[in-house]
Amino acid sequence: MDPVIEKLQNADNILEVTDLCKFFKAGRKQYLKAVDHVSIAIKRGETLGLVGESGCGKTTCGRTMIKLYEPTSGKVVFDGKDISKLKGKELLAFKKDVQIIFQDPYASLDPRMTIGEIISEGMDVHFRLSEQEKTARVADLLNKVGLTADYANRFAHELSGGQRQRVGIARALAVEPKFIVCDEPISALDVSIQAQVVNLLIKLQKEYGLTYLFISHDLSMVKHISDRVGVMYLGSLVEIANNEKLYDKPIHPYTQALISAIPMADPDAEKSRSRIKLEGEVPSPINPPPGCKFRPRCKYAMDICAKEAPILKEVEPDHFVACHLCDKNCR
Amino acid sequence: MVDVKKRMISNQEWEDIPDEKFKVIGTDDFSGDVIARPKVGYWADAWRRFKENKIALAALCIMVLLLFMVTFGPAISGYNFEQMDTNAINQAPSAEHWFGTDSLGRDLFARVWQAGRVSLAIGIVGAVVASVVGSIYGGIAAYFGGIVDDIMMRIVEILLSIPYLIIVILISVVTDSKSMGTMMLALTLTGWCGIARLVRGQMLQLKSQEFVLAAGALGVSPIKTIMRHMIPNTIGLIIVAITFDIPGYIFSEAFLSYIGLGIQPPNTSWGALASAAQQNFMFYPYQLFFPALMIALTMLSFTLLGDGLRDALDPKLRK
Repeated sequence: MDPVIEKLQNADNILEVTDLCKFFKAGRKQYLKAVDHVSIAIKRGETLGLVGESGCGKTTCGRTMIKLYEPTSGKVVFDGKDISKLKGKELLAFKKDVQIIFQDPYASLDPRMTIGEIISEGMDVHFRLSEQEKTARVADLLNKVGLTADYANRFAHELSGGQRQRVGIARALAVEPKFIVCDEPISALDVSIQAQVVNLLIKLQKEYGLTYLFISHDLSMVKHISDRVGVMYLGSLVEIANNEKLYDKPIHPYTQALISAIPMADPDAEKSRSRIKLEGEVPSPINPPPGCKFRPRCKYAMDICAKEAPILKEVEPDHFVACHLCDKNCR
Repeated sequence: MVDVKKRMISNQEWEDIPDEKFKVIGTDDFSGDVIARPKVGYWADAWRRFKENKIALAALCIMVLLLFMVTFGPAISGYNFEQMDTNAINQAPSAEHWFGTDSLGRDLFARVWQAGRVSLAIGIVGAVVASVVGSIYGGIAAYFGGIVDDIMMRIVEILLSIPYLIIVILISVVTDSKSMGTMMLALTLTGWCGIARLVRGQMLQLKSQEFVLAAGALGVSPIKTIMRHMIPNTIGLIIVAITFDIPGYIFSEAFLSYIGLGIQPPNTSWGALASAAQQNFMFYPYQLFFPALMIALTMLSFTLLGDGLRDALDPKLRK
């Protein structure tokens, strides 16, 4: 096996993804490569941030990892088990262990069900509980996410966006998962509520020892919550490193551009700093450029970039980058 | 790069504030936020909202009254709807014959309600059959998707492109009868296509909704997902479609009977009554008035009821 992939896969990993691809059919003989050979490993108890611009495959990647989509190719191993081979009871156990929090709190709750029914939906599948036990657990979960038990009788449309997102979190927690994909859980909320929800997620992580895959395009929020951060561009992982390392010393030109675009709280620093402006548009994922996908917008583009697609390499300990520049400069 | 460094340092300072400097000041447990409203189920809540709509409630009352009269009306009058009385031809409404009599001396009160049985039966049975068939067809097309969906929807489009008058004439020629059964068959044969399209559209939309994905992630089985999420979110649409379809069927029946393709004597329907009265309209306008009034009342009350139901069945419209 590829030594890099081997290095990524340690025994204390809760989830290992190898060469994952997810293509969607986009017309005759055309495929939209939403996720294109992504390999990633998530350690038990950590939060892995996944950033990238809209349409780069973050959400598809997250959904394929938890078997909401069937992968086109590649392997996803959760807790030592290949999830594509799970059936019956094992599959049910897997569904209990992994959960997802959705982006849009307005679309993720059934308008015909009360909050109590929504939260207890998963309990009905995985636990045998009496009505009283269920009510008690729903009340307990509502308190955990900062709502009162009375909310159980309400309908989703009576709640605000932040409250709905809390219900979404409670629904995911109801089945006692180990791993939660947070699919842009804060991007539909306003800034003050974003902080509340993120802090709630951090609190719950400490309490239950959860592992998160935190998908977002809000770089400062990802920095706040994540231990490690992965950067995606057009369906491929271009850089993955520790939180500090990635924000302090980004290596991939795309990551550098992203980091330089984070707004700063200090107006003087904001004024004096230089931003890296990316030229051009993101190429279509249906027909990506050959070689390095970032090449058309990269100011360091070389001859080799047009010919060969760069693969993820360990540039420093636990700092992986997919760029031909590293072969020259960083070694 | 320098700027990034600088910011890192300031963040470092922020993170260096020791834990002792923080103290717990109590959490906002939303305890001030008490909800007074008791638990209300979906249907109870819909009924509560429906009651607030006075127009829809009035429409429901008219409909119940019509159904009552259609059931018991022929018996109340004391006349048989087929019984002819040559001494009482074309009489105006009176104490004896409340709606008057027709050109053969038959009591119109008995005939109008007898005709209502046929008209309402065709309307309701037609709409229900079309809805059931259409829902199942549309549901299957949406659930399987892909090529199955393509083929099934092309069939619907072909069926919808045939004028229904041709189908009615063909069926009455082929079966060589003009009974209520053939009418229903003729009307429902293509009538389900509209509902099939409607249900398919709604199901397709629901299939990609995040709450359906969430059910999948929770491990809820496909059948349970359909029962708990897909059908409840479509049922309102179907009920409303039924209430809007019923007057359509009643009107189609009236139209077909009017042009002589529908119900044949001695049995009658509102359309057939109107058709018969039309010849004497100049002299005895009340003969046309009563069946026409019933058709209008039925269509109006069903349409208003459908409107009210649509508002009541959508929890988002709750005030």
